[in-house]
Amino acid sequence: MSFAAIIILTGALTAISCALVGSFLVLRRTAMVGDAISHSVLLGIVTVFWLTNGSRNEILMVLGAGTVGLLTVYLIELVRSSGRVREDAAIGLVFPVLFSIGVIMVSRFPQTVHIDVQHVLYGEIAFAPLRRLELFGADLGYRSLWVLGGMAAINLAFVTLFYKELKLSTFDRGLAATLGFAPLALHYALMGLVSATTVVAFDSVGAILVVAMLIVPGATAYLLTDRLGVMIALACGVGALSAWGGYVVASAYDASISGAMATVAGGILVLAVLGSPRHGVVVRAWTRARLRRRFDVRLLVAHLAGGSDPDHLSEQFRWSPSTVRRTLDLALREGYVERRDGDRLTVTPAGAALAAGTDTGR
Amino acid sequence: MIDRPPNPATTDGGAYPISVRDLIVAYRSTPVLWDIHLDIRPGRLTAIVGPNGAGKSTMLKAILGLVPVSSGRIEIFGGPYREMRRQVAYVPQRSSVDWDFPTTAIDVVMMGQYGQLGWFRRPGRRERENAMSCLTQVGMADLASRQISQLSGGQQQRVFLARALAQAADLYIMDEPFAGVDAVTERAIVELLQRLRADGKTVVVVHHDLQTVPDYFEDVALLNVRLIAAGPVAEVFTPDNLAATYGGRIAFIDAEAAAVASARSAR
Repeated sequence: MSFAAIIILTGALTAISCALVGSFLVLRRTAMVGDAISHSVLLGIVTVFWLTNGSRNEILMVLGAGTVGLLTVYLIELVRSSGRVREDAAIGLVFPVLFSIGVIMVSRFPQTVHIDVQHVLYGEIAFAPLRRLELFGADLGYRSLWVLGGMAAINLAFVTLFYKELKLSTFDRGLAATLGFAPLALHYALMGLVSATTVVAFDSVGAILVVAMLIVPGATAYLLTDRLGVMIALACGVGALSAWGGYVVASAYDASISGAMATVAGGILVLAVLGSPRHGVVVRAWTRARLRRRFDVRLLVAHLAGGSDPDHLSEQFRWSPSTVRRTLDLALREGYVERRDGDRLTVTPAGAALAAGTDTGR
Repeated sequence: MIDRPPNPATTDGGAYPISVRDLIVAYRSTPVLWDIHLDIRPGRLTAIVGPNGAGKSTMLKAILGLVPVSSGRIEIFGGPYREMRRQVAYVPQRSSVDWDFPTTAIDVVMMGQYGQLGWFRRPGRRERENAMSCLTQVGMADLASRQISQLSGGQQQRVFLARALAQAADLYIMDEPFAGVDAVTERAIVELLQRLRADGKTVVVVHHDLQTVPDYFEDVALLNVRLIAAGPVAEVFTPDNLAATYGGRIAFIDAEAAAVASARSAR
């Protein structure tokens, strides 16, 4: 495999792992919890690093980070349920504390080369092709593909197995609880996977950009469909597309690969905001303009049917002459009005029917 | 089992659908429900009435095990809720869920059958057909595949009712199903309540419109943190009890609504 293919595949697997769990964060309106977890897991990573005297055992790191991730979620819930502060404030109170402890611990290891703030915050996906996974002396291939492929598989298994339960507890937590589906346990399981995903994504995109990967694909897909299953699939697609597009952009401009991936994901989100079939800015503006034209035509026809002089319409409605001309053209084209005896405007039967259904305000 | 006091029983010997004893629920130090003692009679339509903040929704949630109980005992058909959940259908307040969720009306109705399916099993054709018949019963069959945010408030409420029907329960607990619905939906809900009653189901409804209580319900429980009174509408829905429930807080209660209430219950 070429270097480019490995980097793109690593990015895509990262994005897919994140999109699978991130879609549920978007739907639960807890996107900021993803942000909190992605920061506070640093503490878990550093603690494991410290306890094991600097080994970089991936499994231990994931477990450590998962624990701190769950601790974060638990503390947020604890602060929130005290009733003194709202959830956003609770998030803002909890994660900087855990994150800052992590940062202090990182800075206490100046001699270590494997862990540094820069790396943790921004990641370095370009190193992916250089790392091999060795087990009992055997070379199994590219480490990042194994680790992130495994994470993507675990997340896919979780979302597939518990699809019905996740859907119900996300949409209506109360009903999920009354039916005995343990929404709290599911919530912690989901957050545990978010934590684990964040850790394994560190090497590729770092603690800050992983938030973009968790939230942006899900938010984009949310705009494009109104089916949950389709949304999750689309989110994975958007994530993979961002990984590929990000690599292309980064190569072209010699920029940070992870930064470019997040930027491309953001670009796709902007396109979705503009072009979404139901919520999109373009569609909404177009629908509004079309409705407005229809109302203008009805208004015009109704006033003509009521005997108004077309020359005074522009004054009456405060329309510009060009609006009058355009509306009149449209009314003529749609057959509500016709020109008889040279230039006289006459309302057709279709026009009369349209006018009858219109309140002209008189 | 031996240590437990005997289950309260109805006159025909069966257990009450809901039996609440000495219930206290508090959020932090403020009691929301105080020493509630209430039996809901089987096969009856019961309204729970009281001012805002009286603890009506909290009582339903306590019955369903959704809020922690400070003290007291709640039994559903003579057993704890955990063991009886299959016999209970719950219609939460419409505003309690996010209607922008990417799903369709029939999908929401199918959620009512998740309890019967249990963990892991996915709904199939049988569940879809059943959900469709539930939607038909509330007059929503033609909107089955509509995205739920595209439905009006009344239509959303009817989707929730269809979902409760899909649960095929013996006891239906509804939190303000009449809140903010159009006339068509109000009629649909009333017809549904009558049909449930005819099928021998027990229905408990948190209700806000005092005027319609005597028309729609047989039993009423008047609640304001404490239980003021409970029993048949004709006996309990009196101006005195209403005044005790609402206090002086709603001025028209004494004059207008109480007059309506006594006129109706005298009928």
